[in-house]
Amino acid sequence: MSTEIKRRIFLKRSLAAGTVGIAAAAGLLAPQRVLAAWNKEAFEAKELPAALNALLGSSDVAESADITVKAPDIAENGAVVPVTVDTGMEGVESISIIASNNPVPLVANFVMGTGASGFVSTRIKMGKTGDVVGIVKAGGKLHSAKKEVKVTIGGCGG
Amino acid sequence: MAKSIKIRAKEKGGVTTVKALMTHPMETGARKDSKTGKKIPAHFIQEVVCKHKGNTVMTAEWSGGVSKNPYISFKFSGGAKGDEIELSWSDNKGGSDSMKSAIK
Repeated sequence: MSTEIKRRIFLKRSLAAGTVGIAAAAGLLAPQRVLAAWNKEAFEAKELPAALNALLGSSDVAESADITVKAPDIAENGAVVPVTVDTGMEGVESISIIASNNPVPLVANFVMGTGASGFVSTRIKMGKTGDVVGIVKAGGKLHSAKKEVKVTIGGCGG
Repeated sequence: MAKSIKIRAKEKGGVTTVKALMTHPMETGARKDSKTGKKIPAHFIQEVVCKHKGNTVMTAEWSGGVSKNPYISFKFSGGAKGDEIELSWSDNKGGSDSMKSAIK
């Protein structure tokens, strides 16, 4: 499962960034840098649709009532905002957590392997008040739910 | 960098809940040092992988937007008491760590 995903991302990225692929082939870059599964393009995108396209291959998201995003109404400290995304959907492939008003909106992406259920919980940083969006990829489609969190002290920059 | 991870995995009714805490500064690269005014270089975990008996049950990819000393929790089915699970992370500076634990 894991190697399959890594291989796919690697192929996609080397095709998208042809020069990187050529540089790697010529031995100019250390191979482990190129092979890392981490999706640089998605995690450095400043706009949400661009990040989603790079990460999930689509930015076409439908809101769903089957997803619960749990986060505090008011976060006193934006550096630590607990977020839980829970869904009863079958065949969850991945869950992404997005803080829409952050400088880099895509915070985390969890790829679910065999047997994993649609539940993740983590703590994120939020620069200012905004929606926390949970995007669930199930059956090849994207579903989302959001929750507004008011931030009194920002957690990004300083 | 030893012991930067704490894991707790508990099986109940066929579903295993995994909770893990990692020790990491999680610098975004956008923060400035208040004394020198220089940017603090980015240093954050990019990938977290959790395996159960060699099968990957969850892979997380993170940006610097995850809080310092990250906490993570997720669930999977198919685990049994006593099974070994392994969690590992790697960061953007090439650092990494891993930890094994048994499901309780």
